[in-house]
Amino acid sequence: MQTAKTLKEYRKELRESLDNEFLREAMDKFATAYPVSRANAFRGLDEKAMIAEVADAKDAAARNMDGLYAQFKAEAEKRGVKVHMAKDAAEANEIIARIAKNSNCKKIVKSKSMTAEETLLNHRLEDDGLEVIETDLGEWIIQLRHEGPTHMVMPAIHLSRYQVADLFSEVTKQKQEVDIQRLVKVARRELRQHFATADMGISGANFAIAESGTIGLVTNEGNARLVTTLPRVHVALCGLDKLTPSLNDALKSLRVLPRNATGQAITSYVTWITGANECRAAADEKKEMHIVFLDNGRRALAQDPLFSQVMRCVRCGACANVCPVYRLVGGHKMGHIYIGAIGLILTYFFHGKDKARNLVQNCINCESCKSICAGGIDLPRLIKEIRARLSEEDGAPVEATLLGKVLKNRKLFHTLLRFGKYAQKPVTGGTPYLRHLPQMFMKDHGFRALPAIADKAFRDEWETIRPRVANAKLRVALFSGCVQDFVYPEQMKAAVKVLASRGVEMDFPMDQSCCGLPVQMMAERQATIDVARQNVMAFDAAKYDYILTLCASCASHLKEGYPNILAGQTDMTGKVKLFASKVIDFSSFVHDVLGMTADDFKGKGEKVAYHSSCHLCRGLGVVEQPRALIASSGSEYCPAQEEAVCCGFGGTFSMKFPELSKELLDKKLNNAEATGATRMVADCPGCIMQIRGGAEKRGNRMKVGHIAELLAENLK
Amino acid sequence: MSATNDLARLMREKAEAVGATVVELKNLKEAFAYALDVCDKKEACQLLVSGCEEKLSDKAEALCETKQEKVVAAPNLSDDEYAAFSALCAERGVKCIREGLRGHLAGIDIGVAHADMAIAETGTCVIDSTSEELRLSSMISEIHMAILPKSRIKATAFDAEREVNALINTGTPRYTAFITGPSRTADIERVLAIGVHGPLELHILMLED
Repeated sequence: MQTAKTLKEYRKELRESLDNEFLREAMDKFATAYPVSRANAFRGLDEKAMIAEVADAKDAAARNMDGLYAQFKAEAEKRGVKVHMAKDAAEANEIIARIAKNSNCKKIVKSKSMTAEETLLNHRLEDDGLEVIETDLGEWIIQLRHEGPTHMVMPAIHLSRYQVADLFSEVTKQKQEVDIQRLVKVARRELRQHFATADMGISGANFAIAESGTIGLVTNEGNARLVTTLPRVHVALCGLDKLTPSLNDALKSLRVLPRNATGQAITSYVTWITGANECRAAADEKKEMHIVFLDNGRRALAQDPLFSQVMRCVRCGACANVCPVYRLVGGHKMGHIYIGAIGLILTYFFHGKDKARNLVQNCINCESCKSICAGGIDLPRLIKEIRARLSEEDGAPVEATLLGKVLKNRKLFHTLLRFGKYAQKPVTGGTPYLRHLPQMFMKDHGFRALPAIADKAFRDEWETIRPRVANAKLRVALFSGCVQDFVYPEQMKAAVKVLASRGVEMDFPMDQSCCGLPVQMMAERQATIDVARQNVMAFDAAKYDYILTLCASCASHLKEGYPNILAGQTDMTGKVKLFASKVIDFSSFVHDVLGMTADDFKGKGEKVAYHSSCHLCRGLGVVEQPRALIASSGSEYCPAQEEAVCCGFGGTFSMKFPELSKELLDKKLNNAEATGATRMVADCPGCIMQIRGGAEKRGNRMKVGHIAELLAENLK
Repeated sequence: MSATNDLARLMREKAEAVGATVVELKNLKEAFAYALDVCDKKEACQLLVSGCEEKLSDKAEALCETKQEKVVAAPNLSDDEYAAFSALCAERGVKCIREGLRGHLAGIDIGVAHADMAIAETGTCVIDSTSEELRLSSMISEIHMAILPKSRIKATAFDAEREVNALINTGTPRYTAFITGPSRTADIERVLAIGVHGPLELHILMLED
């Protein structure tokens, strides 16, 4: 849960998580095991098509939420169920408390329900003097510890067997052995007697099928079956987003949900309950059954042109499973009640902006979650949008506003950057790094050396180095991005050399500026739009075969981001479409378009590791090309562990959360060093800035640079 | 026939992958004999249900003590089938019941049930569990046995969809179960543990038609 009021307080809490060794180890194990089991579960299946089917079905259901509710209610009531609608959490809790009172229930067994966590149902029922027992093993454990879940599917993933043994010793008043198999058996026996004596069972619902008034429950332990069978009263609490027209749609989600959640093809139990079933504990041998649907903002959300996709979430928890930040800090810090990327978003809508304000800053924008989401939700984009909304509602921090203002004026921005090279003189000590940062800045940022501004920007050299090409087959416009223009112009020059070797004609339109991703990350909506416009206008896209950039983040922002950012600008529709269609990253261009192979290079057999930049491998789906090029360059490609996990840069993220950035960088460097490579290349200057700065600080002598430099050096 | 056998093979592979035991038998008579053989072998020296050997609270202990004999349940057998099965049980000194399962919440040894169909791609048995007795028998048994004619195996959930729909959507209350392997959890340190609330074992008895 979020209690921090300020970013400073939040960062203090994050540091506590970083110091929790058990948590760190458990999370690391999980983060490396999960992708393997997920891949196994989807092997041989068309994962993208399956996810697209879920997205389409859930979108259609969200559009018809009210209609499906009316149909569900009619069908369920025909079969003896009372269906309720709660407008918010308090009303849902009130309805359930009233049912308990009217039916004279004293003891309640519960199976897992994130919706009940959302409404804090247990607190309300316990206030009424009711005994409430969670029966999902993980939920029971955290209930006994008076904690919230740290994962939607594995709520007690943050706890060790020792902690559980201590807890169960208290419950049984007998000393328990630290043996997981035996602890599970203790839970089996302790909870069984609660099932046997409860008056009411409360469950959630994974599906609510309108055409038959059926709820579907997806579980592994089998507790939901006992919860819905033994007590004489059953209440299911269900978000309106679980409504679905038919069994067919439910089966589509069921195909993806367990595979994404735990790498299972299906869970041990999937239970379909239609109507008030036989119950021998009830006076008339018929279960008293209620289904409480929760709105709590869902109906409004379903109508939102951008955010309606949130309703596709099937609560698999996969966005946490792959999140590098979640891996570092755990669910109590990477969520309020809902966890992970979707948790950041749902917190804003379900629990308000005070709970969400710090939380939504804690996304590094690596797109890992987007690439595996069961509903194909564009989670990073929605998180950025919430930042923009918060900034509009509450006012932006000074530095964001300032950067926004500066970026809108390209000449001012570039003048400031040029001025930087004089201002930094006292701190570089004649090296390409900033050596003596002021103490207040060094405190958290000392884990990497920051680069200095280059003596001469790429744009200022362009006219002198520009190759003159006759009879060119391809015309390419270069987009440098700020870092390569002003910090690493040598990377651009290397690319120019490679392209010139194949007779490519190049242009460098001078009106180009920063791509705008940094201001988008800082939630400056207007500056994001203005800069995008400026760049699209700077390139006469029709004149070129390609617009090439060496920066993966710029490429992904120009190609995938701009069409969304400029969607409201009718005068730009055609222009931005053409512009985006021409954007290509360096590796794809050299490998796919120029078709360069080992014949073009003379190698030195250097051992080279690769960092797969987030915005290249996930943003643009470019995976094989750079690895093939490393091999073609005559180097020995040394695969590292977790090549596609974020390096921890994330642009402004590393400024906001240096302690997290450092941890991610450490993992990246450890994995790179373990390969025995002497050089590491990447397709993104931001990643290079981070990794090179870390390598320099460690003094590990690993050469870190752009893949263009490796190719240029090895050209025949 | 080979299509049926292919599906049976896939069903076996997928069910075994999630910890189910799959046996192929000729007919119901063999299935009954199999069930009783397993019952005989189970905990030959003790009648204790799983977990009751642990150090428990007084209330949990008290529920354990209500189980005093070996019990098998078979609520969805037809009258004739049940007569045959309970006669076999009597020969072996095992109590056989088809109702009153609420009186056995400490646990029963074996629950035997006809499955309505199966889904091969996930190794799933589909069982109409509208009868409360059948539901309980599949929940509180230590070993659950599903009798499955090979001809009732479908390739995918979508191939089974029409018939599943016919089970869940009849206009009256229904309780339909997809059961895939035994009850499991990984809630403590992500270590797999079998038999947290439901059966410790699932046996699928595949019959020739």
